[in-house]
Amino acid sequence: MSFHPNDLARRARVASWGLIVLFTLLLAAFFRTQILENSRYALQSEENRLREVPLPAPRGIIYGRNNRVIAENVPGYSVLLLSPSADSLRASLNRIATIVPLTSDQIELAVRRYERAPSRPTVLLSDAPFDVVSVLEERRIEFPGLIIQTAPKRFYPDGAAVGSFVGYVGEITDAELASPRYHGYKAGQQVGKGGLEREYEDTLRGREGVRFVEVDARGRVVREAGARQDLLPQAGAPLYTNIDMDLQRFVAGIFADSLQGGAIALDPKTGGVLALYSAPSYDPNQFIGGIPTALWKQLTDDPRHPLYNKVIQGRYPPGSTWKLATAAMALQDGLVTMDEHMPVPCTGGFQFGSRYFRCWDHKGHGSISLAGAIEQSCDVYFYQLGLKLGLANLVAGGLKFGMRERSGIDLPDESRPLFPYADADGYFDRKYGKRGWSQAVVLNLSIGQGENAQTVANMGRFYTALAEDGEAATPEIARRAPRHSRIFTLTDQQMDGLRTALAGVVEAGTARSAQIQGVVLAGKTGTAQNSQDPTRDHAWFVGFAPADNPKIVVAVMLEFGLHGTRAARIASKIVDAYLHTTTTQFIKTEE
Amino acid sequence: MLRRVVPDVPLLVTALALSAYGIAMVYSAGQTDVPTSALHAWVSQLRWLVLGVIAAWGITRGSVRFYEWVALPAYVLSIFLLAALLVIGTGAGTAAGVKSWIAIGGVRLGQPSELAKIAMAMMLARVLAERREPPKSLLDLWKPAAVVAVPWVLIMMQPDLGTGIVFIGIFFAMLFWSGVPLPLLLLLASPAVSLILAFNTNVWGAWFLVLLALVLWYKPFMLEGVALMTANVVMGVVAPILWERLAPYQRHRLLVFLDPSIDPRNSGWHVIQSQVAIGSGGWLGKGFLEGTQKRLAFLPEQHTDFIFAVLGEELGFLGVTLALTLFLFLLFRSVRIAERASDSFGSLLAFGLASSWMVHIIVNVGMTLNLMPITGIPLPFFSYGGSFMLACWLAIGLLSRIALEGRGAKVGDLAI
Repeated sequence: MSFHPNDLARRARVASWGLIVLFTLLLAAFFRTQILENSRYALQSEENRLREVPLPAPRGIIYGRNNRVIAENVPGYSVLLLSPSADSLRASLNRIATIVPLTSDQIELAVRRYERAPSRPTVLLSDAPFDVVSVLEERRIEFPGLIIQTAPKRFYPDGAAVGSFVGYVGEITDAELASPRYHGYKAGQQVGKGGLEREYEDTLRGREGVRFVEVDARGRVVREAGARQDLLPQAGAPLYTNIDMDLQRFVAGIFADSLQGGAIALDPKTGGVLALYSAPSYDPNQFIGGIPTALWKQLTDDPRHPLYNKVIQGRYPPGSTWKLATAAMALQDGLVTMDEHMPVPCTGGFQFGSRYFRCWDHKGHGSISLAGAIEQSCDVYFYQLGLKLGLANLVAGGLKFGMRERSGIDLPDESRPLFPYADADGYFDRKYGKRGWSQAVVLNLSIGQGENAQTVANMGRFYTALAEDGEAATPEIARRAPRHSRIFTLTDQQMDGLRTALAGVVEAGTARSAQIQGVVLAGKTGTAQNSQDPTRDHAWFVGFAPADNPKIVVAVMLEFGLHGTRAARIASKIVDAYLHTTTTQFIKTEE
Repeated sequence: MLRRVVPDVPLLVTALALSAYGIAMVYSAGQTDVPTSALHAWVSQLRWLVLGVIAAWGITRGSVRFYEWVALPAYVLSIFLLAALLVIGTGAGTAAGVKSWIAIGGVRLGQPSELAKIAMAMMLARVLAERREPPKSLLDLWKPAAVVAVPWVLIMMQPDLGTGIVFIGIFFAMLFWSGVPLPLLLLLASPAVSLILAFNTNVWGAWFLVLLALVLWYKPFMLEGVALMTANVVMGVVAPILWERLAPYQRHRLLVFLDPSIDPRNSGWHVIQSQVAIGSGGWLGKGFLEGTQKRLAFLPEQHTDFIFAVLGEELGFLGVTLALTLFLFLLFRSVRIAERASDSFGSLLAFGLASSWMVHIIVNVGMTLNLMPITGIPLPFFSYGGSFMLACWLAIGLLSRIALEGRGAKVGDLAI
């Protein structure tokens, strides 16, 4: 072959140029990847190695009066797991399940959480007990993607005593994530679930922090970097409330386990909620870190409905407590005076058309004044007073008093009371048909029966107006500017008359057994027909004390309480507890 | 009598620089957050380097004439070893299915295919050097073709596609160096081109017309021309059949090469993570030992096939440029030695060795950027592997000897 130096030199030149072209192309490819596309690949490599671990923010502390703690945070542990895939997560969980108790439900839940947000560490246990944490910590090397970190855990020192209004916290649900209300939330975060926790979520939540951990290709955590200063969690703002914790505990105590119902205590001047309790209650601490299925079933199956708030959700015919509304309307319209007697004296009943309407006291009250009718809760008197007012006025007055509106208390899920709307004739036409009803509905409405069902909170609100000359105060748990609205205007004389009559209820009337030594309690008993069980009526008492200078309004409703007197006794204890603890000068020694 | 040897100093320095660079990278590849078997690989690699340098020095002791004589026995021995491999060979690591290792009593001794490359280059050089006239037709090439075909078939039976590609590369490069005209080389390669282009009928049709024009212009023997065109047609027809007969994993590999994102977590993982590693390096890289892709095991085979990705990640574009420049200089120097060799055997052998390196470099480096399919070809002087390090240094020894006897070497340095 031709190995003449000239030929070789030519071929060497061809080969050299070929090499130069090839290497230049290679270098150009590297230039493109390393320099031109550097930012893209650099980001990808960071994403490869760093995983965001959320640092939950401590929720704001909820305080009662005198800075008594209602809800706080205690150190807890959360167990999280980083995984490259759902299958590997499941495998890790199955291995973890061999050393710490994990139900298959918990494993499935964790896998669902993973699928919702694969790049975030999956929350396995949001509140792990210490023994579980120590076992896992000991064998951490076996579980490469495991992250154990302290996380603030919600704690309610008074447990069930505050369950009726404080709510609880729990993991955000898919439905919540999808709603605009929770815009900006991420899967796995804790949110307020009812009560103050939900109502004041925006105040209490704070801001979640972030730290980064470095992982290798198999999702093993190889380095735990701390949080950057600007990414540290920010605690939520505290919430100051009007709740008087001593009173709240007292209320919870007197309801104990046997009584069923609800009570609300209000400051009549501000509407501040001093105590709110629905019995039976539940301990919100049990809900933290996930509600155990068995507990949830027990609570929902309980015939006494502990999860149903009997103060703001339950609606009951207000019964005789409503008579003050009828009286106030008639007084305001000048249709009656405190001393006025009705044409027909009470003989234990009242004939209206073809129907006979009974008074609660079959013996009858005779001919009595309005003051007497309030004291004795005479139905016959109020039937006639109602007829005097007429259906339209009675309904219009009720609407003016806010009897078809929510009380406006700062709690979620409050029920709206049941009451006719302004076109009363139209309302009854629709309900019973054009000829299906008569003016007899007036008789029922005037004594708080019929088409009328109120929440305990709303009746409490109405009685703040009786305590404060017609100014109704909206119940407020959080301490903020009070909201008032004038719902009726009576003369001083009329107001005095009403208060004296209400005081008379306790001094000499239907609530005689509820007297408090040294304090004049003014209020009204009520017995509400129970639509489910006519033999077991609900018992009401709504009142305020001291009668001449009201400091507290109490509304108590006992389900199946049979007679208002029993509710009155509970109410008087609440008043007694409140007035004697907060203002000792009311204790008067026996003369 | 003491024989003073002055080898090609630039060649030696370049090879030493590349080896040092390579061992530094193998050391870095072992520095991972979760230690792997690669942790101490650099020690073993250093040992093989020392052994290789000593062997290279030993090689320079023999004359080119001796190596021409030894070509035949070496070739026969390597054929024998490659054949034996098919019976007693064992796999290793990720290539466990490939019988490329020879082991005695469970101890792996080495990969005979590395030495077979050198033996084949020597034998091919000897056969091509015998001819006085450059081949005018394809039929004239039957003898060199046979020299390559025998070991090639044995290697493809392992199966080791990567080494097979290297053999083909060496074959064509040495034919070129022996003076076979480029058009003839193109005609020789045409059936393979047909095989690839057959997947698109239009493209294949265009290629066939180009080929026809080339045949008419080059005017080979009638019979040969007809045979060539027939071969192209046959290839175009059998390509889809061959595709069907490929093992699913092989087909998958080829598809992933065309688009790694079709399987980012499995087959595409290697090349995607390699690109991320290199791309995130930027101008200066993340710093020696500091590559996160490597440290956190995102980079596969980081001390063997994908060592260049570690380099790209940790030392950046400048490090890549330095390595490629060193390689380019090594190849230039080798071509120079081939050009100045004292006889045709030495010249062909030098060029053959250089072309072997070139194919390794282009395919391996190209693979890290997905410019080449993943075939598992190591990078000379860099990739961890004893036999290959040794083979590279044996080649340095041969080149040094050829340089020593070639033109430009000082008289008196000849150690015959």
